[in-house]
Amino acid sequence: MSSTTHTSTIGAIGAPSRRNTELALLAFAVVIPLFAYMNVGLALTGEVPTGMLGYGMGLGLLAGVGHIVVRKFAAYADPLLLPLATVLNGLGLVVIWRLDQSEKLQARAEAQFGAFSPSAPNQLMYSAIGIALFVGVLIFLKDHRVLQRYTYISMVGAIVLLLLPLVPGLGENIFGAKIWIRVGGFTIQPGEFAKIVIAIFFAGYLMVKRDALALASRRFMGLYLPRGRDLGPIIVVWATSILILVFETDLGTSLLFFGMFVVMLYVATERTSWIVFGLLMSAVGAVGVASFEPHVQQRVDAWLNPFSDATLQQTDQIAQSLMAFGSGGVLGTGLGQGNSDLIGFAANSDFILATFGEEMGLAGVMAILLIYGLIVERGVRTALAARDPFGKLLAIGLSGAFAIQVFVVSGGVMGLIPLTGMTMPFLAYGGSSVIANWALIGILIRISDTARRPAPSPAPNPDAEMTQVVRP
Amino acid sequence: MSELTLTVMRLGFLAVLWLFVIVAVQVIRSDLFGTRVTQRGSRRERPQQAARQQQQAAPPPQRQQQGGGGRQRRGAPSKLVVSEGILAGTTVALQGQTITLGRAHDSTIVLDDDYASSRHARIYPDRDGQWIVEDLGSTNGTYLDRTRLTTPTPVPLGAPIRIGKTVIELRK
Repeated sequence: MSSTTHTSTIGAIGAPSRRNTELALLAFAVVIPLFAYMNVGLALTGEVPTGMLGYGMGLGLLAGVGHIVVRKFAAYADPLLLPLATVLNGLGLVVIWRLDQSEKLQARAEAQFGAFSPSAPNQLMYSAIGIALFVGVLIFLKDHRVLQRYTYISMVGAIVLLLLPLVPGLGENIFGAKIWIRVGGFTIQPGEFAKIVIAIFFAGYLMVKRDALALASRRFMGLYLPRGRDLGPIIVVWATSILILVFETDLGTSLLFFGMFVVMLYVATERTSWIVFGLLMSAVGAVGVASFEPHVQQRVDAWLNPFSDATLQQTDQIAQSLMAFGSGGVLGTGLGQGNSDLIGFAANSDFILATFGEEMGLAGVMAILLIYGLIVERGVRTALAARDPFGKLLAIGLSGAFAIQVFVVSGGVMGLIPLTGMTMPFLAYGGSSVIANWALIGILIRISDTARRPAPSPAPNPDAEMTQVVRP
Repeated sequence: MSELTLTVMRLGFLAVLWLFVIVAVQVIRSDLFGTRVTQRGSRRERPQQAARQQQQAAPPPQRQQQGGGGRQRRGAPSKLVVSEGILAGTTVALQGQTITLGRAHDSTIVLDDDYASSRHARIYPDRDGQWIVEDLGSTNGTYLDRTRLTTPTPVPLGAPIRIGKTVIELRK
């Protein structure tokens, strides 16, 4: 055998289904919140909490159902998405239960609403609905490409969902942001669901238009400048997100909506100029709106000067949250032993990360953020592996939205950016958020199953071996 | 509950949480799959050594190897070399297995070429050990020298097989 300068062998390795890895990780993911639960109980009352068995069985059952459905309907799906989401959901439940035990928060709720009702059982119920939706997505969505047919219906759906809170009589103005609607006894945050629907629209739209957006451009100072008429869609999306900011006074949804579009535009066209344009436009929009909208101004003031007298008169949430992070230090005060209940309102929803920061310290928060990072990484990996452009764009859009949401919320709570009315996916108390995020994970698992499923081998051609067939 | 127990539990919980993250990262590490490229030394090696290494390096072709070792004739090609295109320099040892070419990720040689179809062509030995190239109904065609293939055609040693911008040859 003679030699050449480069010698290498290329062989294909079949993808294993890795369902057993998922099961093992899932068991681990159920044990961690149980350990945390025991920890809280021992710290608060000195004994193992009585609800531990029921809680553990509830979480274990949900995880088990999720696993069995994935095994049956998406056998080649990514093994990490389900356990990662489960551990976040479980830890969220524990911390919500821990905040339920706080006397300060109980007294506060009684003073405000006349009665206190614990949030943890509700959250467990929302998680069950979320898993049910996850199961529904996996069973009924056999192929994610079906969603492509609903590109423009999704656009209309997303606009309706985003506008619902503005409908008089249906929308609720809770603490300055109009992002809730009230149906029956429940308040729903339609923005959480809109984020999935809108990813479907962007993916379908950009799949068709990406060549026009990517190729027709002039080069100027190292940037590809798009043609004027190709700027149309990005300006429409930008205007819509500005309108959301003005009328619903919700910075979070507006940022999520526009950020997601820019991310998907960049992935679809591979043009850096879109990111530059996106950042410029969002900066112009945010500064412009902040100059005349008092609610946005207030939030910016509270962000810049959290400890000033003017801010503390209105709310001490951000100040308390920063204090909570600070008093946690590197290793934290221990679960159940912090004072993060001083945050008061929204301690278990928007500000839940502060409790993690205080009771688990920097080490714990880093682990939580890494788990979020891993979910996003698996989503991006799914997008890379997906073979159809629609699936690629949808996966990148959903994981991008997830990443932006985590950044916006944790940045707001830690004082990096102005606070917005969004929730930490899976951790925070709130039905809409948990349910929508389980659906999001369901769609990602469906795409990753399609992407990783080994392609059927080409049919063996018996003619080729035995005889020579002359084809026209 | 004593202070010591609580401290131990607090640190224990953080350790378990981090263990979970590390295990998850390990799963990702072992989860990287797709086309495996095994680099072999570029030096000339003694034949038995090279043969042994080859067997270790390429288990999938081994499975499909047929017959005994004395089957290969003198003058028969022993490897397939990509001489032009993105994959230039890649070689695949010929051991009696069918080699598939295309964009599909499970092909033996995955062509990242705008003009390649997902299952573009295959190269296989007939019963006499003569290597045959067959176009699998590709869009842009497979060329042997300058003729477009319509039927499975025997490949002479060193004749260029063109797929898009990629050129492949059989060598001794």
